[in-house]
Amino acid sequence: MSEQTARLEVDPASDWRPVSSRYVVVDLVGTVVSGVIITAGSALPWLISGLPWLVAIPAAVATIVLVTAVLTPRRVRAIGYRLRDDDLVVRRGILRQRIVAVPYGRMQLVDISRGPVDRWAGLSEVKLVTAAAASNVTVPGLAEADAEELRDRLVALAETRRAGL
Amino acid sequence: MTDAPAALADGEWHRLHPATPLLRGGAVFIAIAAIVIGNLRDRVVDLLFGAPEYGGDPIDEIVGRGLVPLALLGVLVVILVIIAATWLSWRMHTFRITDELVEVRSGLLFRTERKGRLDRIQGINVNRPLLARLFGAARLEITLGAGDGSVQLAYLSGSRADALRGEILRRASGARARDADAAAAPTAAPAGSLIEQRVGELVAPELDPALVSPDRVVRMHPGRVIASTLLSGGTVWIIVLAAVVVSGSVIAGAASGEPIAAVAGIVFTFIPMLIGWVSFLIRRITRSLRFSVAATTDGLRVGYGLLETTNETLPPGRIHSLSISQNLLWRPFDWWEVRVNRAGSSSAQGAAGRQNTSVLPVGTREEALRIVGFALPGLLDEDSRAVIAAGLGSGGGFTTSPRRAAVLRWFSWRRNGLLVRPDAVLLRRGAIWRDLVVVPTARVQSVAASQGPLERALGVGSLAVHTVAGPIVARVGALDVHDVEDSFARLATTTTAAVAADRSQRWRSAEGTA
Repeated sequence: MSEQTARLEVDPASDWRPVSSRYVVVDLVGTVVSGVIITAGSALPWLISGLPWLVAIPAAVATIVLVTAVLTPRRVRAIGYRLRDDDLVVRRGILRQRIVAVPYGRMQLVDISRGPVDRWAGLSEVKLVTAAAASNVTVPGLAEADAEELRDRLVALAETRRAGL
Repeated sequence: MTDAPAALADGEWHRLHPATPLLRGGAVFIAIAAIVIGNLRDRVVDLLFGAPEYGGDPIDEIVGRGLVPLALLGVLVVILVIIAATWLSWRMHTFRITDELVEVRSGLLFRTERKGRLDRIQGINVNRPLLARLFGAARLEITLGAGDGSVQLAYLSGSRADALRGEILRRASGARARDADAAAAPTAAPAGSLIEQRVGELVAPELDPALVSPDRVVRMHPGRVIASTLLSGGTVWIIVLAAVVVSGSVIAGAASGEPIAAVAGIVFTFIPMLIGWVSFLIRRITRSLRFSVAATTDGLRVGYGLLETTNETLPPGRIHSLSISQNLLWRPFDWWEVRVNRAGSSSAQGAAGRQNTSVLPVGTREEALRIVGFALPGLLDEDSRAVIAAGLGSGGGFTTSPRRAAVLRWFSWRRNGLLVRPDAVLLRRGAIWRDLVVVPTARVQSVAASQGPLERALGVGSLAVHTVAGPIVARVGALDVHDVEDSFARLATTTTAAVAADRSQRWRSAEGTA
């Protein structure tokens, strides 16, 4: 029970909209590709010096990458967004949770971006820009039609509540 | 031509101060000429009064071949071309100020045009380097939004720069009617000769006493400036570093059995560092002298500088967050520093060589609180100011960290806290290095709640309030997770309401309909 109370929860019961389950594949590809590169890089000291105990570094890195990869479905399920009356709320993360609320009037730009893997999976990422760089709000893994609908909706909402800086 | 501000802001194209080329790059030419003359002096004397031949020197070669007239002609042509080019570029560098826009056109071969909307102004800076002051000129810089950069008018005649600043701010304020007093009150032209005028301008007080009433001004005492700079955070690190260097070299000397080497080690590593530090301190002190903060109707006016003077006006509503902080060494004197986050920053360096974010480098508690009131006009009510005053200590009714968070905040858990009010969010941190951040809810861009694994184990979380980038990061951690959730929910509604009600950006739009 203590685990329940200690966890940061904002509107736990309400209808968080999930991202596409296909985003698991996209995220997994990213994790595996970067994981392989980082593991190879961390293996360099061991390969060059030939000291047997240095193998611990790539082994540790590979373990972390593996755990990250295994947890991908859970992490993707943890991503959610809600369009409330006056703001957009985005949550993500399981180990390291972050929940951000951006009032519609504060949005300056709404971007849609698609990486190569995103395109192959038919997904898009919606990114919000406010005057604060720290806001850093992205909603990844939306089907292309959904992303465009979300963007148009956000732009329309931002237009009705336009405010200065 | 009159000195009335309307003369410069009439929507027509105007040129800059005639001494501009000299002030912007002329000093460099004078320096080059001085170096050339200094180096050639011996050669010229030798040539005129007969001296031994060195040979292989271009000047000897020219003299030997009888090309002196041609060479002189060449030099003359180069000088004439440079003068013509600078004169032309001065002719082509024009600006105009209309009711909505400020526009600058410049460049001889490559034309550049800059436009800035007056209602996007984040601050206006009037800077007078020493050389420009001798010519009675000033540089006016208009800071626009974060992505838009700034528009510089360098240089204008000094009195016109001040008048123009007032006029631009009036137009940005949204005042509908022209205030008769503001628009038609040209600075009384100083009588007397040119030299008397210059001397008058040089010895004039940095802040015109007629501009604001004395009770709306905070000045910094020079003694306090010097003492506070000596007792700044950097000094703590220098002392720590000195201790490390001294003990390190003593230990090394003892180990190697050569005490002389140890002493030399101290001298050679530490003395240059000390010299650098002292010169840094002196520069900071001279820049902070004659510092004054005034609350004018068109915003917070921060002025400073002894030889090179700068004053900057931040219109109301342009300050996005504000922090009142105190380091350990200032505690006995109850001194505080007030800094701000603002959208866009001017290229001019702030007082004490810091970025232009410190509106009060050092002041007493009472002065710091007055500045807070000045800086956020119409955004803070009386109660909030009282809460801020109490919050500098450990009162104020903040939601503070629970006892169990002492693991994360060893000394400050009792003080570390958050308070959400309808008009502002207050975040208080630190017991040794004290800090109180005020973010007006009308300026909040977004809100984030977060929790890492360690925080989860303790049942705590962090809350961050995002504003435009700056030195202040409004984030407080180690709060009870339920308090974080409640504050997050409350902030969402307060922010929306405050943004809808906010009129501070066009601070005079309600008045002046007559």
